[in-house]
Amino acid sequence: MKYVDEYRDGKLARAIAATIAAEVRPELSYRFMEFCGGHTHAISRYGIEDLLPANVRMIHGPGCPVCVLPVGRIDDAIKLARRRDITLCTYGDLMRVPGSQGSSLLKAKAAGADIRMVYSTLDAVRIAQAEPGRNVVFFAIGFETTTPPTAMAILAAQKKGLSNFFIFCNHVLTPAAIQNILESPDVRALGNVRIDGFVGPAHVSTVIGTRPYHAFAEEFEKPVVIAGFEPLDVMQAILMLVRQVNSGRHEVENQYIRAVTVDGNLKAQDFVAQVFEPRDSFEWRGLGMVPNSALRLREAYARYDAEKVFAIETVQAEDNPACECGAILRGVKKPADCKLFGTLCTPETPMGSCMVSSEGSCAAHWTYGRFRDYARQETQRHEFEQKAAS
Amino acid sequence: MCLAIPVQVTELLDDDMARVTLDGVSKVISLALVEDVRIGDYVILHVGYALNKLDPGEAGKTLALLDEAARVTEGARP
Amino acid sequence: MNANPKPGVARLKFRKLDIMNGRVDLSHGSGGRAMAQLIAGIFHEAFANEWLAQGNDQSVFGVPAGRMAMTTDAYVVSPLFFPGGDIGSLSVHGTINDLAMSGARPLYLSASFILEEGFPLADLQRVAQSMGEASRAAGVPVITGDTKVVERGKADGVFISTAGVGLVPAGLDLSGDRARPGDAVIVSGSMGDHGVAIMSCRQNLEFETRIISDSAALHELTAAMVEACGPSLRLMRDPTRGGLAATLNEIAQQSQAGIRIEESAIPVKPEVAAACELLGLDPLHVANEGKLVVFAAPEAAQKLLAVMRAHPLGRDAAIIGSVVEDSHHFVQMTTGFGGGRIVDWLSGEQLPRIC
Repeated sequence: MKYVDEYRDGKLARAIAATIAAEVRPELSYRFMEFCGGHTHAISRYGIEDLLPANVRMIHGPGCPVCVLPVGRIDDAIKLARRRDITLCTYGDLMRVPGSQGSSLLKAKAAGADIRMVYSTLDAVRIAQAEPGRNVVFFAIGFETTTPPTAMAILAAQKKGLSNFFIFCNHVLTPAAIQNILESPDVRALGNVRIDGFVGPAHVSTVIGTRPYHAFAEEFEKPVVIAGFEPLDVMQAILMLVRQVNSGRHEVENQYIRAVTVDGNLKAQDFVAQVFEPRDSFEWRGLGMVPNSALRLREAYARYDAEKVFAIETVQAEDNPACECGAILRGVKKPADCKLFGTLCTPETPMGSCMVSSEGSCAAHWTYGRFRDYARQETQRHEFEQKAAS
Repeated sequence: MCLAIPVQVTELLDDDMARVTLDGVSKVISLALVEDVRIGDYVILHVGYALNKLDPGEAGKTLALLDEAARVTEGARP
Repeated sequence: MNANPKPGVARLKFRKLDIMNGRVDLSHGSGGRAMAQLIAGIFHEAFANEWLAQGNDQSVFGVPAGRMAMTTDAYVVSPLFFPGGDIGSLSVHGTINDLAMSGARPLYLSASFILEEGFPLADLQRVAQSMGEASRAAGVPVITGDTKVVERGKADGVFISTAGVGLVPAGLDLSGDRARPGDAVIVSGSMGDHGVAIMSCRQNLEFETRIISDSAALHELTAAMVEACGPSLRLMRDPTRGGLAATLNEIAQQSQAGIRIEESAIPVKPEVAAACELLGLDPLHVANEGKLVVFAAPEAAQKLLAVMRAHPLGRDAAIIGSVVEDSHHFVQMTTGFGGGRIVDWLSGEQLPRIC
């Protein structure tokens, strides 16, 4: 695959790993947060951790729109789907996210709800056109990458004169989430979670450009490197962050120059601005209410707004009290720190959304990386035994 | 977030749509979010839409930078 | 060995079916003339063997000395017709393969059909013909069958349930709990073809690809492997639902050992890799219907590999890893990139991702 395989070259990876190892200062520890769930997945799937020196640690951030969707909104979607007149269209990622009382879209479908998995909003619009007797609601989630396709769906529905197409809008904004993490008491206070820099999201940035990240770099004095999606992109970005930390810089750098520009995709931004407006605040699972972090449809498009048309009143639902998703999404805790991890909470029986989405910290760790927990335990036990013997 | 992949445009269709391929697998997607796309161009595909054009020149630069980073420790490596 | 049915049995005569426009209806399942007409017109025609022509509810055959293997399976694939096969040929290949994995020589099959009211006779004929051809090509006849009809909406066109019996060579004892540390792990060819072929037909996932299902009967390949390396083989399994990942994890659990594999050694066709990239799927979790995984003593690995590659269905065979001591029974993989990860069971159904 062109423009893909070249950035997965194992030989280059080892060489860059050697460079990173040579350039890190042994007395420093480098803690970088990759914000984007896609990067979390890439790091786990390719085993990038194994190629980094011990004093470089990646902290997984909340850039997984499935993970941060509050339980109450899943419950709303299930309620919508249970109505006999509604066909709920959704991306595959949402099918197994747990709602209240162990419910999920997958289970609701098994019980007879008309829920259809689609690859694109285009498919949902097509369904609405083909089945005028059904009210087709598209369960819209995602950061700035996925918002333009939703905007286009509404505009397409408008152009085709469809009166049976609706959006249940849960789009969220990246800069607000990063801000929330950086301002959280855990991060600001010394000695809790120290983040030395950010690996910025790849495809969100193709849409919003690199401009929005300058505010963080300046205010919080943290370097940000926008990285492409492939493992070599991530490694190069880590090298760039190490170099910034070593030279005391906190700039915004762009590693993903083949797809990201300073301005981003202005055409897409315009479509989004036409259809959506910011909400004052929105609940994020694990982060609580975050101001200026989400979008809703503008008044002009109210007829497509499922929340208005179907009078949705979101009830805040509680997570399992032992669930550590909130702390994990902030990078304060690791999956292995959660008592439920691997016992009550597994990909088959997810308790919180960090386990459901394959990008969630817990799912990624379980699916690709949990063997390291045992290796660590065994190393520690071995060291302990050696000490006891001597 | 965002599973997106570079694909090549092989056919331009009506209604701002196009056929794209990735190693022999083709799909029909929307070009509504991009401009000036020609057959042979590479675009970043996400949920059925092209989000951006991929810049081959910049892609080449990235590979060159990767090579450079790889060579930093060349002499020192065992 | 094979008891031949009585020669010269008169065939019962029935009126011809309207294959072109006819549909299955409830009378076809009621045991009356309509059902007999359907069975003769479609199934006897397609399978064309003397066992079925006898028209009994059972078929009799001699039992050879030794051990027999028996298997049963059900086929509910949708769509019924897909690039590279259909539910009919799939059911023949799949049942033969389950027998072949024990090293057995498949002898006979049975096939039972659950038909949905309204199912076009033309499609039923197509499925039956395809089964007949697959069965003849493999040399394994369908010697007994059954037909039922259920109301519209209660079956996806047709469900096929099969059973198969075979003969296991003396001294061969293949089983999932026999893998030992040091054993070589070999796959017979590219992973993920069947699942991708099926997915390309699914609604709302439409993509065009030249990938066809790898559905095939593996008994001749396994016979060659057993003949050349029988005593060195530990087990064979075909990675169907859940893909290679499920099979390796099953065996790790059964054998109470770990498995270590190299991603770069696993054959995957570029188009299959591309389709998986587009949909966010892992080829290791995608189903195969004409491939097998074999665990063998390390000293026999090279010879076994050569024998497999000499067969058309094993041309792309590759050694992908080995069995190790591991109290956690992990299947660990070194990625093409150089880092490590585990290859876990598939969680739930594999759904295409956007994230």
